[in-house]
Amino acid sequence: MLTPEEMDALQLSLKVAFCATLISIPFAIAAAFALSRLRFPGRSLLDSAVHLPLVLPPVVTGYLLLLTFGRRGPVGQLLEAHFGIVLSFRWTGAVLAAAIMGFPLLVRSVRLSMEAVDRRYEQAAGSLGASPLWVFLTVTLPLTLPGIIAGAILAFAKALGEFGATITFVSAIPGETRTIPAAIYGYVQTPGADGSAMRLAVLAALVSIVALAASEAMARRMSLRGA
Amino acid sequence: MRLDIEIQHGFANRTSSGAAPFTVDVSLSLDARAVALVGPSGSGKTTILNAVVGVFRPGHGRIALDDIVLLDTARRINVSQSRRRIGYVFQDGRLFPHLTVRRNLLYGRWFSPRLEQGLGLDDVVALLGIGHLMDRRPDALSGGEKQRVAIGRALLAKPRLLLMDEPLAALDLERRAQILPLIERLRDELALPIVLVSHDPIEVARIATSTVELRNGRVSAVHSAPSAKPVKRAVGSADVIPLAASFRRSAR
Repeated sequence: MLTPEEMDALQLSLKVAFCATLISIPFAIAAAFALSRLRFPGRSLLDSAVHLPLVLPPVVTGYLLLLTFGRRGPVGQLLEAHFGIVLSFRWTGAVLAAAIMGFPLLVRSVRLSMEAVDRRYEQAAGSLGASPLWVFLTVTLPLTLPGIIAGAILAFAKALGEFGATITFVSAIPGETRTIPAAIYGYVQTPGADGSAMRLAVLAALVSIVALAASEAMARRMSLRGA
Repeated sequence: MRLDIEIQHGFANRTSSGAAPFTVDVSLSLDARAVALVGPSGSGKTTILNAVVGVFRPGHGRIALDDIVLLDTARRINVSQSRRRIGYVFQDGRLFPHLTVRRNLLYGRWFSPRLEQGLGLDDVVALLGIGHLMDRRPDALSGGEKQRVAIGRALLAKPRLLLMDEPLAALDLERRAQILPLIERLRDELALPIVLVSHDPIEVARIATSTVELRNGRVSAVHSAPSAKPVKRAVGSADVIPLAASFRRSAR
């Protein structure tokens, strides 16, 4: 049904989106916790920074990533010198781009869910002898779980569809960084490749619809539980 | 139990309710098996409970239970909430909604001293009659069942003292009549010291061996009831702590 090239793009897209989501979850939980529970100087700055990828043109995000994490960028140089990690024009770079673009969605969902956790349960856990860390792990986090899952699904869908930042940062190298959207764009530009473009487009739409439905179902379960 | 509570704290008028700045100035030294704090809303009852359990730190104060100092601002002692081992039964139960009854009950066991004598799960389940609820979730329980599980959960954390904030207020008369005797048994058979906040005179009369009246953040009266019915039902428990209640009321 799919040509090997199209199959490559699908597999790469799934791999990139999966890794991007998985890596962002702990950071998103930390950011959501800081934003919803802590009062510290620079809090609104963090809030803005988290939401920036949502409002910046994706090309700009990709360009900033290239400047920072490219082989000559300050962070990119450090990573290569100390850990041998190269992000630019590799699939790992696509993961970073996808993670950054999906991050605001994930943080937002986790944060809403965490703010909805009734603090009185945490107080009850404390009175039973649980230290603050245990209270977080055994009460706050499980009660936030629906929001984490809903956010992760959204971030996954966003990562699958990410185009602008990815193609700017890591280009579209077949088998390495050419994800579904980049492949579709390529096929559209190529005479006679309409069939490929159409098949991938339908595939992308299907995956997105399923993800959205799953996220909605999760949100519904969450609101039922909260009632 | 001997409970010493000294709290001085001024609340700035930060609430939107428009209440005037409020000062709590309490000094109590109680020797009793069960103390009731009574008084109108805003008289400082919950503030005292929160200070004892450790979620509120007063500006100045000293709180000691028998020989254990929980808070002493002068000596910069403030035992963290999780180490105080003060059980708290809330008006609304506050069972963890994501855990079954069984796991709610066992929650505190992870943190309580393992070797210490105390009630086991089976004892508590039998005492409270909640065996048939063990695998349910809290949202499938009635108000009275929730409250019994909440009491059980607090007991299994092996508390030194049990605080109860209007534990029966959310229940109808019939359920109250079922749970009141349970609380009396905790007091008498388990010799568990209790501090109760309540608006209900019947509840206070049945549970408390002494009553502290609060008004505007101060102690306005202390009654002890050494004549309260002797503990006849506490068969075989020779743990009856001298009822001689000594109260010191101080107004600063």
